[in-house]
Amino acid sequence: MKKFLLFLLTAAMLLAMTACNGDSSTGATATPAAGGQTSAGGSIKIGGTGPLTGGAAIYGQAARNGAQIAVDEINALGGIQFELQYQDDEHDAEKAVNAYNTLKDWGMQISLGSVTSTPCVATSVENNADRIFALTPSASAVAVTEGKNNVFQMCFADPNQGTASAQYINDQKLGTKIAVIYKNDDVYSSGIYETFSSKAAELGLDVVSTTTFTEDSQQDFSVQLADAKNNGADLIFLPMYYTPASLIFQQAKSMDYSPKYFGVDGMDGILTLEGFNAELAEGVMLLTPFNADSTDTRTVNFVAKYNDAFSEVPNQFAADGYDCIYAIYAAVKAGNITSAMSASEMCEILVKQFTTTSFNGLTGDNVTWGANGQVSKSPKGMIIENGAYVGMD
Amino acid sequence: MRKLQKSTRESIFTYAIVIVAFLATQGLMLSGNISSALTGQLVPICAYVVMAVSLNLTVGVLGELSLGHASFMSVGAFSGVTACISLANVIPSDPIRLVVGMVIGAICAGAAGFLIGIPVLRLNGDYLAIVTLAFGEIIKNLITCLSVGVDSRGLHFSFLTSSSMLNLEEGGTVIINGPMGIAGIPKLSTFTAGFILVVVTLFIVMNLVKSRAGRAIMALRDNRIAAESVGIPVTKYKLMAFVTSAALAGAAGALYAMNFSTIVATKFNFSTSILILVYVVLGGLGNIWGTVIAATVLTILPEMLRGFNDYRMLLYAIVLIIVMLATNNSRLKLIPAWLKKTLGSKTGKESISNE
Repeated sequence: MKKFLLFLLTAAMLLAMTACNGDSSTGATATPAAGGQTSAGGSIKIGGTGPLTGGAAIYGQAARNGAQIAVDEINALGGIQFELQYQDDEHDAEKAVNAYNTLKDWGMQISLGSVTSTPCVATSVENNADRIFALTPSASAVAVTEGKNNVFQMCFADPNQGTASAQYINDQKLGTKIAVIYKNDDVYSSGIYETFSSKAAELGLDVVSTTTFTEDSQQDFSVQLADAKNNGADLIFLPMYYTPASLIFQQAKSMDYSPKYFGVDGMDGILTLEGFNAELAEGVMLLTPFNADSTDTRTVNFVAKYNDAFSEVPNQFAADGYDCIYAIYAAVKAGNITSAMSASEMCEILVKQFTTTSFNGLTGDNVTWGANGQVSKSPKGMIIENGAYVGMD
Repeated sequence: MRKLQKSTRESIFTYAIVIVAFLATQGLMLSGNISSALTGQLVPICAYVVMAVSLNLTVGVLGELSLGHASFMSVGAFSGVTACISLANVIPSDPIRLVVGMVIGAICAGAAGFLIGIPVLRLNGDYLAIVTLAFGEIIKNLITCLSVGVDSRGLHFSFLTSSSMLNLEEGGTVIINGPMGIAGIPKLSTFTAGFILVVVTLFIVMNLVKSRAGRAIMALRDNRIAAESVGIPVTKYKLMAFVTSAALAGAAGALYAMNFSTIVATKFNFSTSILILVYVVLGGLGNIWGTVIAATVLTILPEMLRGFNDYRMLLYAIVLIIVMLATNNSRLKLIPAWLKKTLGSKTGKESISNE
C-alpha cells in the first residue's frame, strides 16, 4: 500500500513537472536571461516584485517580460549594463515584503517596486525606509506614492483615471444615462469608481445604476446587467480588468442588451484573451496609455520582439515595464550613475532626475513626474473596431 | 528533574525552545549575520506561531475543527490598527500604543468569538467546521464593506463602501477605506514585541490546558456524553476555549498588521485559515511545542524555496506530504522509543518513575 502511494506521488510529481514545463515556457526563457548575466561585473542591479504565480500572474509576468526586453536591448548597446531580477509576490503584501527583502540580500540598487497595488503599498514603505529608489510599472493606488519622496509611478494613479474617464465621457457626450459596474473588493476598481462618481456628480452626468461584484461572484453579471437595462442605461462604465469584462459583454449580448461600454486601462488586453470572441468587444471604448497596434516604430519593434520571445501580444503592463527600464536608463545616463554607487546615492540622483526631466516612452510622450511621485501623461481614448484598437480623437 | 511531571517538563521544553530561538536570533542580528529576508519574516513568524498555538486550543485541546480562524485575526488586525491610529495623539509612546492595539484587538476578536461561539458551539464535528467556515467568509465580507474614519468628534463608521459617506470634519482621516483596507499603518511591531506575545500566549494556553478548566475541556473532547454525565457544563467550557483562542488570534492579528504598512480584508480568507490549520496538524494536535516549530518552519520554508522559482509551491506541497507520511510512519515512530530506551538505560530508574 505504502509503495503504491509513493509511486502515485512520484507519478503526480513528474506529471506536474512536465505540465509546468509545457505551460511556462515563457518563464523558462526569461529566467536564464536574468540569471545568465550575473557574471557581468559592474552592472546595476534592478529588482522588482510581482505576481508571477496565482490569479494575478498575467500582470506580473507581463511587466517582468517587458522589463526584460528593455534590459536586453540596453545591455546589447554596451555601455551601462543592467541586471534584472523579478521575485514572485503572489499579489500579497506579506509575500511582497519577503520578496523585497530577498532582492535586498541579492544587492538590489534600484527597485521596480511591485506590479500590483496592495503589495506595492507595503514594499514602497520599505523602499522609503531603505532609501532605494522605486519606479513601479503599474501599482496605481495613491497610497503607493503618498508621503514617500523616492517612489514613482509609471502608470496613472487610480483617481486620475476616474476623473479622466468622467471628463472624457462628458466632453465627448458618449452617453446620457450611465451605469457603473465595479468590483468592490478590489483596490484598483473601487479606487477608480470613487473618483469617477465624485467627478460625475460634479459634471452632472446622469448615473442611473451602480452595481458591484466581488472576487467570489465574478462569474454571473445578470443581476447587474438587468439593473442597468431596467434603468435605461445607454453607456456602462467598467473600471475593472478584462477577465470579468469579457463575461459582461457575453452575458449582455445573451440578454439582447447592447449599450456602449467604456473601460479603463485594465480593459487593455481583452482582444488577446484566450477563447474570447473578439466580436463581442466591438465598439468598446477605453482609456489606455498604450496601444499595441500603433504604427510608431518603437511600439512596432517592441511588439515584434515581445511576440518573438513570449509568443503573445504585449499588454499595457508589459509596456509599462519596458518604459520603466528606459526611464531609469535615461536618468542613470543623465545623472552619471555608476554601478559602484550605493543604493542611497543612486536614489538621491534619480529622484532629482525624475522630478526635473521628461521622458518619451511607449506609454506616452513628454511624460513628467511630480514631486509626489505621480506621473503626468495624457491618456489615449481608444475604440475597438474590426478587432483592433483605433485611436478615438 | 525527578519530581517534575511530564506536562511540566513539556512546558519547560516549550518555553526553552522559544527563548533559545529568540536569543539566538538576537545574537545573529547583533553580529549582523542574518539576511534581510529572514529579518523581515521574524514578526510574521511570531504572529503565525500565536495563531497556530491558539488554533491548537480549539482543534487539538477542545477537539472541534474550526475553519475560520483567520477571521479572528482579521477582526483583531482591523480593530487594533484602528485603535492605534486614532490614539496616535493620546498615547505618544509606540510600545504602549502597540500593547493597547493588541489588547483592543484581542478584546474585539474575543467578543466576535463569543458571539459566533454561542450558536456555533451547539454543533459538532463537520457541521461546526462548515459553520465556522461560513462565519469566516461573513466577517471577511463585512470588513470589506466597512469604512471607518476619525476626526475631532471621534470615530465614524459606515457600511456603504464609500469613505465619502463618513461625513468627516475638515482634517479628519479615513482609517479603513472599504475594500482598500488600511494603508499607511505605522510600523509599530518589533521582534521583541512578537516574542513577548508568543510567551504570553504559551503561558495562557499551557496553563489553561493544565488547569481544572483544561481537564474539563479535554474531557469534553474525549467523550462529551460521559463528561456531561458527571456534570461538566458543555457550553461554558467550549466557549471558554473558543473565546480564548479567538482573543489570542486577535492579538496576533494586530501584531501582524502593524508589521506591514497595509492590510486588506481579503488577505484573511479561507486559505489563510487552512494554512494555520496545516501548522496545527503538522505540529500535532494538542502538541504545543510541535505547533511552534511547525509554524516557524512552514513560514520560512516557502522563502527558502525561492531559488526554485515556479516549482516553489510544488516543492512546498511535496514537503508537506513527506512530513505527513514521515510523522505517521510506524517505523519512524519507533525512533523516539528507541532513543528513550538507549538514553533510559543510562538514567535508569528516573525515566521509569516519570512514566
